[in-house]
Amino acid sequence: MALAIGDEKHDESSTSTLDAIWVLYDRVLRVDPANPYWRKRDRFILSKGHGPAAFYAVLADRGFFPIEELRSFLGYDSRLGSHPDRSLVPGVEASTGSLGHGLPMAVGVALALRAKGLTEQRAVVLCGDAELNEGSNWEAIMLAPHLRLGNLTLLVIDNHSSAIPMSPWNRRLEAFGWHAELVNGRDHDELERALSLRERAVPTAVVADIPGGEW
Amino acid sequence: MSAMRERFARTASALVEADPRAAVVLSDISLDYFERAMQAHPDRVVNVGIMEQTAIGVAAGMAMEGFHPIVHTLAPFVAERPFEQLKVDFGYQGLGGTFVSAGASYDYATSGCTHHAPGDVQAMLAIPGMRVLVPGHADEVERLLRGTFGDGVPTYLRTTIAENAASFPIEAGRLHIVRRGTHTTVVAVGPMLSRTLEALGGADVTVLYATTITPFDSETVRSAVADDGTVLVVEPYYAGTTALAMRPALEDRAVRVASVGVPRRFLHQYGQPEEHDAALGLDVAGLRRRLTVLLA
Repeated sequence: MALAIGDEKHDESSTSTLDAIWVLYDRVLRVDPANPYWRKRDRFILSKGHGPAAFYAVLADRGFFPIEELRSFLGYDSRLGSHPDRSLVPGVEASTGSLGHGLPMAVGVALALRAKGLTEQRAVVLCGDAELNEGSNWEAIMLAPHLRLGNLTLLVIDNHSSAIPMSPWNRRLEAFGWHAELVNGRDHDELERALSLRERAVPTAVVADIPGGEW
Repeated sequence: MSAMRERFARTASALVEADPRAAVVLSDISLDYFERAMQAHPDRVVNVGIMEQTAIGVAAGMAMEGFHPIVHTLAPFVAERPFEQLKVDFGYQGLGGTFVSAGASYDYATSGCTHHAPGDVQAMLAIPGMRVLVPGHADEVERLLRGTFGDGVPTYLRTTIAENAASFPIEAGRLHIVRRGTHTTVVAVGPMLSRTLEALGGADVTVLYATTITPFDSETVRSAVADDGTVLVVEPYYAGTTALAMRPALEDRAVRVASVGVPRRFLHQYGQPEEHDAALGLDVAGLRRRLTVLLA
């Protein structure tokens, strides 16, 4: 990540997501860097598209593209912009940056996986807590339990940046019919346990609390 | 229920039965027509409720997985409210799907301006790569939906209450030459064709019938329009919209373009669409008056 940012301080928008994305790609998601569009992969959408340095760093470490390429971050000819573009970066499922788009798309992906009979595969989408201010998310939060999307996981990185204080998010999501877990967003074992959970008939939300409110 | 909307629903249901890639996302509109399809294919034909942003997002997610989604609701709620989802989720991401609107311009005259959408096509022109189809007959709705299904292009398909007297063997991307005349060319868009022909009577003009607005058929319009000719557009939405798509094809010519369509103001009257047509000069008598002046 430091390669991408160009210094040792890291970009604040990425530090809050780094642990969760690392755990996902190291311990949870079934992906094949040599075949990014493998039919039987799990699908991950970074809905909070800003601050993608952590995402790029993890993808590069896993082998989706050369680590050296991180140095090109934000350059004119770089594939790595400050919001990820699915047409440029192997392993990026969705082009995001405009907030409130990833979760509705993940609902569609989860529905499509079920329609295709890919019952083992999952859709995981990462949203920021401030991103959940966007109304489109609440449409999708209402819809996913109605569609009984047990193959959908919403990972909320709660770095307490929402203009309207809404923590604890897990209570709010439970009220909409989700199975919700609250974990320490820096604790890899807790993240792995919660992100590996899969309910049969309801979607799962994992609220990763980031103490100190880094964003 | 308009003939076009009914034909759309029947065609979409038939596509769902015939093609496992077909998906339909509804937003609490036209449910009766899809009841059987929803029961038979609950993972591919879904009513998400009144949430249009998410309807487009869900459709994009399905498109990412190889489906061809068809999203359907009223024009303001498919073309305007979730505009950014159409722009980003489909346009920017390069995904294909069909967005089918009902209730064009002031079809819902009694409902007032919240349900008017004469700006739908112009909004779609702001999304690079969005194909815009404006059929004028139920047969053409079916032809265009089937003809573009599964080709990977995001497509806006506008249905409306008003229909032309007959359909034409149109195809997506092509202007249909109704007749050849000299000097002046009239481009009649979708449901405006019959009334335009009636208003023109025997005038010596070329008449082109447009059902695809983008990509505009440059070849045909260039072959029909003289270097210093006049093009009169008769369109069922905001006046000047079609010219935005057509003008690049004629940019090297000293061509005069005049547009007859819906004026750019909110229409605070209710009543019937035909009353609005008459008040706005878009019925046969009004078109005859305006075209007579423009052709003089």
